[in-house]
Amino acid sequence: MAVLKQEQKINLTTKKQHPRLRSMKDFYRKLKRNKAALVGGYLILFLTIVSLIGPYFLSNGINDVDYTARLQPPSAEYWLGTDQHGRDIFSRIIYGGQITLIVGFLSVALGGIVGVAIGIASGYYGGKIDTVIMRLMDILLAFPGILLALAIVSILGPDIVNVIYAVAIYSIPSFARIARGSTLSVKKLEYIDAVRGIGAGDFRILVRHVLPNVISPLIVQATLSIATAILTASGLSFLGLGAQPPSPEWGAMLNDGRGYMHDAGHIALFPGLAIVIAVLAFNLFGDGIRDALDPKSK
Amino acid sequence: MMLKFIVRRLLQLVPVLIGVTFLVFIMLHITPGDPAEVLAGEGATVETIENINERLGLNEPLHQQYLSFLSNAVQFDFGTSWRTGREVSSEIAPRFFVTLELAIYSTILSVFLGVIAGVISAVRRYSLTDVTIMLVALFGLSMPNFWLGLMLMQWFAVKLDWLPATGWGSGSQVILPVIALGTAGAAIIARMTRSSMLEIISQDYIRTARAKGVTEKVVIYRHALRNAMIPVVTVVGLQFGYLLGGAVLTETVFAINGLGRLVVDRIASRDFPVIQASILVIASLFVFVNVLVDISYRILNKRIDLD
Repeated sequence: MAVLKQEQKINLTTKKQHPRLRSMKDFYRKLKRNKAALVGGYLILFLTIVSLIGPYFLSNGINDVDYTARLQPPSAEYWLGTDQHGRDIFSRIIYGGQITLIVGFLSVALGGIVGVAIGIASGYYGGKIDTVIMRLMDILLAFPGILLALAIVSILGPDIVNVIYAVAIYSIPSFARIARGSTLSVKKLEYIDAVRGIGAGDFRILVRHVLPNVISPLIVQATLSIATAILTASGLSFLGLGAQPPSPEWGAMLNDGRGYMHDAGHIALFPGLAIVIAVLAFNLFGDGIRDALDPKSK
Repeated sequence: MMLKFIVRRLLQLVPVLIGVTFLVFIMLHITPGDPAEVLAGEGATVETIENINERLGLNEPLHQQYLSFLSNAVQFDFGTSWRTGREVSSEIAPRFFVTLELAIYSTILSVFLGVIAGVISAVRRYSLTDVTIMLVALFGLSMPNFWLGLMLMQWFAVKLDWLPATGWGSGSQVILPVIALGTAGAAIIARMTRSSMLEIISQDYIRTARAKGVTEKVVIYRHALRNAMIPVVTVVGLQFGYLLGGAVLTETVFAINGLGRLVVDRIASRDFPVIQASILVIASLFVFVNVLVDISYRILNKRIDLD
């Protein structure tokens, strides 16, 4: 009990030395002044709301096939036109948004949690554990770009859930590297020694004291990783290795419609634009928070 | 000193390459279902499956299988394709060079465009030109290369009929795929070049050069650009790898018979020898390129501590 109290006291004093509260306010202030971050943030919010509640307002279902209205250009009835089966592209894009966002968030959350845990442990314990873990990460990083995801999907089979696993595994090394780097610098701070000195265990130190101090570069990484995850996942679906037809996943829609480009260019245009907007939103927001968190920026 | 560094860096490759080969090797074994059954097809007798297991050495202990996989891989022997029955190495070799060509041209395009755009942006910081270039770059790196490919194809091949829509080989066939694949890289390099230039321009020695009366052009191109390129070099190595991987998508869009498209085609038929060999070749090449980049980085920037 006495130990605990002492630890809390140290916590309080370190808070005074490391004014986390003030720096949070500072962070919001910088973030609000960063136009790119604001645009990105609002776009993400907009996309989330539209894909969550949008489907309730749609009159055309995603798989309402109407062969009398095939390949229609955009009109009042079909805002973004229809595809080769006469399905409403606008409705499909709205539904597809759900898939895109879920895949993006879940895969990055999964990969992020595993990667951060590995990275923090690696940096904190150092020595042989560190060497082995970092070599393993190097091996994963040796598969460039979409190739690792492709290999994983070829093992697990083409399916959107497997795409989530694939993208998660693919994003582990970058999280692990960043978490490790930050942990190494936090580990050297005096107060970690102090907390250990009063008897706090490794797990407690890692979760309560190291993690909060390494979180900001990880948030930036997570945001930018969602952008990459959306690109990778839609790419796999475009290759026919992710979401399968008739899924309205955006990459799958592009794959579905690309044979009809001669007759109806809008089929390939709009799902792609949707991907660009979603990826752009996360890139803008990620760039913005990175600038806001950068101590050099004012 | 430098030689020692190069030797050590090459030696560090060994565990990574062993890991990469092991991961590629294990693909076949962790995939759900028995490989011999996949190969034998549906309705095969137990005897046929046993024969296949025997022929492919799948009854041997795992570590022995890995060792023979490794020693064969070093000699570029990846067995025969499960689908075509042809030798894997002769099947992937021509495909590999197509993908390599595509990745090299796209890398050249992205370095060329990226560096020019980045320098202009940095020199005219906060101007309309700078803002425009950075916005275009942001779009460029947010765009899926397969969609950009489809759009380019729709405009320049289908609507305007200026360039061929598919294939690879002739000069005109190269243009659209290279733009589609190289754009994102150009965007990343432009952003990198800009921030690197800005950092250098604010350094003391640049101020000194200006104070000495050196013309702005000489300051920018002789002093700043040269130093600003050092961090960009590392990105180029990563970009090259990314483009090797990304080529999968571009090749599919433009129906190019490259290695990436081969992998995608064979995933459906679970032609593991071809998939494994292709992935191994690309990953190994990427690892080597990055070591080369690392070494040239040290040579360019002698100030870095060689440890």
